[in-house]
Amino acid sequence: MMQEAALFEYILRLSDDSLILGQRLGEWCGHGPILEEDIAITNIALDLIGQAISLYDFAATLEGQGRNHDQLAYLRYENEYKNALLVEQPNGDFAMTIVRQFFFDAFRLPLWEALMQSPIEQIAAIAAKSVKETRYHLKHSSEWVVRLGDGTEESHQRAQDAIDHLWRYTNELFYENAHDHSLHAAGLVPKLEIIQAKWNQTVKDILAEATLSVPAHNWKFEGGREGRHSEHMGYILSDLQYMQRAYPNMEW
Amino acid sequence: MSTSQWPLWEVFIRSKQGLNHKHVGSLRAPDATLALENARDVYTRRSEGISIWVVESAHIHATDIDEAASFFEPSDTKIYRHPTFYEVPDGVKHM
Amino acid sequence: MTQAEQERHFNDKIAREIKIEPNDWMPDEYRQTLVRQISQHAHSEIVGMLPEGNWITRAPNLRRKAVLLAKVQDEAGHGLYLYSAVETLGTDREQTIDDLHSGKAKYSSIFNYPALTWADIGAIGWLVDGAAIMNQVALCRTSYGPYARAMVKICKEESFHQRQGYESLIKLCNGTPQQKAMAQDAMNRFWWPALMMFGPSDADSTHSDQSIKWKIKRFTNDELRQSFVDATVPQAEILGLTIPDPNLKWNEERGHYDFSEINWDEFWQVVKGNGPCNKERLEARIKAKEDGLWVREAANAFAKKRALKKTA
Ligand SMILES: [Fe+2]
Ligand SMILES: [Fe+2]
Ligand SMILES: [Fe+2]
Repeated sequence: MMQEAALFEYILRLSDDSLILGQRLGEWCGHGPILEEDIAITNIALDLIGQAISLYDFAATLEGQGRNHDQLAYLRYENEYKNALLVEQPNGDFAMTIVRQFFFDAFRLPLWEALMQSPIEQIAAIAAKSVKETRYHLKHSSEWVVRLGDGTEESHQRAQDAIDHLWRYTNELFYENAHDHSLHAAGLVPKLEIIQAKWNQTVKDILAEATLSVPAHNWKFEGGREGRHSEHMGYILSDLQYMQRAYPNMEW
Repeated sequence: MSTSQWPLWEVFIRSKQGLNHKHVGSLRAPDATLALENARDVYTRRSEGISIWVVESAHIHATDIDEAASFFEPSDTKIYRHPTFYEVPDGVKHM
Repeated sequence: MTQAEQERHFNDKIAREIKIEPNDWMPDEYRQTLVRQISQHAHSEIVGMLPEGNWITRAPNLRRKAVLLAKVQDEAGHGLYLYSAVETLGTDREQTIDDLHSGKAKYSSIFNYPALTWADIGAIGWLVDGAAIMNQVALCRTSYGPYARAMVKICKEESFHQRQGYESLIKLCNGTPQQKAMAQDAMNRFWWPALMMFGPSDADSTHSDQSIKWKIKRFTNDELRQSFVDATVPQAEILGLTIPDPNLKWNEERGHYDFSEINWDEFWQVVKGNGPCNKERLEARIKAKEDGLWVREAANAFAKKRALKKTA
């Protein structure tokens, strides 16, 4: 029972990360810096929404209370969302969006790779599908980090500003609590310190190639994983939940 | 070309194993890497391909339309290159 | 070949249904007409992303959110295919887009109407994409090769757009009274603008005749509009929605539905830029281009640096 609750929370983090980042990327649709990139960002958003659906479906079966993926995605209170603060940060300029994506992808790829080995069949299956998507996302976001970093003076500055700003939200990606420890003990999910080492390496390599620097400051924020979000979250939810709240119990 | 416009690329897609890459359209991209990625997102959203070629449009050389007659018409009269030119008695099989 | 011979050769190809290709000789006016029509079409796809795009973050469930994202993304692709077709005529994309932003080029006036409720997303898919498809299917046989090929690709992709809109409205029409009312309200606001999408009536259409002779267009505006009405009325009946036209009625003799005269004042007002959202739509497109400038420059600068490194 304890373990099911822990697993439920774990899956919610994965699905909420995907949903909220997908929601953010959806805001770009129609406003991208060039048509080709508009289409590329939407593709990433679609992958993330697809992941969220599979993950919420699984979370719902774990919970066993008869909720479906939409009820989990749309009808929780803000403090019940377990996404990292990073993914709810505003799109900002294209550099902010790309750096946010890159930090996230660099975390998600090794995580999916590890989760493919999970003895829990459903998780391994979702990971096997998502790993391909995420590998592509990381390729795309890294390539853009390099282009912005090593592009013009302006793009370099914007990319560096985005890195400096978002850095404070990266540590939380590796948040763990007592629930995680019980999952580790059972060998169900990987320890995040392994993922963090890989993340550090990817970030170091790509920023070096991009002629960008890793911030010196160690100013870190946490809270999302425990349901304490930034001020942005309420606005995200008021859009996301608008229809479900304004027209309760209807089918669309 | 203004400083911000990306070069034009032509996109060729192999839709499945055993078929040639076929021209499907064009797009704009700053370099070959992004041209391939853009081609993936623009031209294979519905599993239309398993392999993509891109080539910068400026690098394509084409026959001159004014020379089309001298380029292509001389072969029209070489009908002996086609199997139907030859008569084979009825009853000959596998030919 | 002399000019007269070229022209005869061109007309002969048109008569024999042989496609005109980019490097073929073509009358200047044929080229200009194509550039105008295809770019207007491209702009419509792109501006058309905005009213629907507004609802991506508010889509009522995850399935609808994914469908809407995929649909609006397709429209970006359609714009891109069409800009590419314009490029084959010697006008590059940036120039074409600048003409939109300066107000010189037009786009379909339907996208100057606001998408106010979720039902509007259904109505846009059903009626607006439906009207567009009516037009586009006819254009698959247009005489200019790259335009025809773009249209074939677009029509294949469009087929889900109308269906997803209709399916979404079915849900509303079989739902609660609020949902049904929302659907009817969307119908009331989108019916007439959808009919206006086919352009001015044949009597007032400046470019129609020549376009038909050149087989750029295969049917006149009024012919297409009539086909659309005939196809759509039974679909509305299945939904149980009322078409906001008291004069709409089947004409046995003509074998078509009769309908009221379009409010042409409103049509021309919107075309001239005085629709409810003209200003916002253009501003959004201009902003996207301007905000993206440094991004595009950065990628070019990077490509140049890497090319230098390679040769060094
Ligand atoms: Fe369209
Ligand atoms: Fe379209
Ligand atoms: Fe469409």
